[in-house]
Amino acid sequence: MTFSAMRLLRESVTGHRGWKPLWRRPGPKPRYDIVIVGGGGHGLATAHYLSRVFGKTNIAVVEKGWLGSGNVGRNTTIIRSNYLLPGNQPFYEFSMRLWEGLEQELNFNAMVSQRGIVNLFHTDAQRDAYRRRGNAMLLSGADAVLLDKEKLRRMIPFLNYDNARFPIKGGLWQPRAGTARHDGVAWGYARAADRAGVDIIENCEVTGFRRDAGKITGVETTRGFIETSKVGVAVAGSSSRVMAMAGLRLPIESHVLQAFVSEGLKPTIPGVITFGAGHFYVSQSDKGGLVFGGDIDGYNSYAQRGNLPVVEDVAEGGMAVMPMIGRARLLRMWGGIMDMSMDGSPIIDRTPVEGLYFNGGWCYGGFKATPASGYAFAHLIATDTPHAAASAYRLDRFAGGHVIDEKGVGAQPNLH
Amino acid sequence: MLIPHPLLGPRDAREFTVMGDAGMIDRPDPAAPDAADRFYEYVYLRDNPAGVHRELWFHEYGDRSWLVVTRNTLTHEIVAVELASDVSAKREKSR
Repeated sequence: MTFSAMRLLRESVTGHRGWKPLWRRPGPKPRYDIVIVGGGGHGLATAHYLSRVFGKTNIAVVEKGWLGSGNVGRNTTIIRSNYLLPGNQPFYEFSMRLWEGLEQELNFNAMVSQRGIVNLFHTDAQRDAYRRRGNAMLLSGADAVLLDKEKLRRMIPFLNYDNARFPIKGGLWQPRAGTARHDGVAWGYARAADRAGVDIIENCEVTGFRRDAGKITGVETTRGFIETSKVGVAVAGSSSRVMAMAGLRLPIESHVLQAFVSEGLKPTIPGVITFGAGHFYVSQSDKGGLVFGGDIDGYNSYAQRGNLPVVEDVAEGGMAVMPMIGRARLLRMWGGIMDMSMDGSPIIDRTPVEGLYFNGGWCYGGFKATPASGYAFAHLIATDTPHAAASAYRLDRFAGGHVIDEKGVGAQPNLH
Repeated sequence: MLIPHPLLGPRDAREFTVMGDAGMIDRPDPAAPDAADRFYEYVYLRDNPAGVHRELWFHEYGDRSWLVVTRNTLTHEIVAVELASDVSAKREKSR
């Protein structure tokens, strides 16, 4: 089934009776060439690129809950490539380019909307830092525009420019950044992978890894043993729990990040806006809700719910940057569990167990990375060599001192 | 979240800064032959359990004491709170 205007027309005159489920519901086969653990954005993207780019099709994706039930459905849907460091920025720009061609490639409307992101700055020193970041972005092939206060005011008139404590002096704008429909991304990848022959097995929790002489020989699941020689784990949020079954301790802590959505409002926010003097970011969904968030709560958690001090902190950030938000009523808030790594950057690498590959440590930046993460992980699993854009995301970089620390706060995960 | 401080009674979690796993108290011996490996594990690797977790909380906006809070990371339930100084004193005695 291919989506097209013609197809939509035909369905609309025949009472929409021809739409079929987007993917099959197969049970596990006894053996696969590759098993991907985690049916979220990254796992499904990995399966898709393994089949589309690397010609592998005897693949299972095993998911503990239902497809896309984790962080791919809990994030704030922002896509961007505005990083600074050489290990990061080319990877995120690679991801941005994949986003730009994603819907045509998947034949699925993921509602990728390049409405732009503006990072506000409030001091001269911050402007200089953003100029440097903008130059790093340009060097990687991304787009970046430094806006002064007057240009910014014409674009986003409703900000609190004359805040006594944090006056807004301008912003770093990436016009190609934007948002995407997060569930649609998971569904689009799942459908494409399924059509290529990948088995997506839901309600199938991995309970152990079977090994022989340091090599992976299969995974134990709640739906039986599956024999395989290659396992890719993409379960950010629960990475430590899953990898502990293979005897590995990770440079990761699990933390809760909260997100919020207001009641539906008329179109008011043109793109994504981030506060430069605190942690607050906001965009407006196509339904009209203001989608916003801020810092993680700061303590280890697997509870998918946070506490009130951070709610207050996020609200204060919002009020400081755009006081009109105080008139909007909060509709919903929720929490998701983040793999907070020791340098704030992810890991896509082999592990000491042969045939076991790891993808995790995404902190709270995993959604934008979904296409590149899947592509790079598929490259690693298929060829046993890292993809050029993800070659810095090594598991052993901490031991060697090659950390990729965008914020420069060191091995304190709750500060990244 | 309320933290039952052993000296001050229940205190709001926002008065605290969280440092992470209480294993940070056990600093490796820098003179040991395998000190580099031990320090790598000490600084970067975590058990990160889903369940009971012992962690260091600093009462930054209070009496500035360090606490060892035993907390369930699945439910946020607090099981025990001790002064970090008591924990390390006990450990010294048993050594």
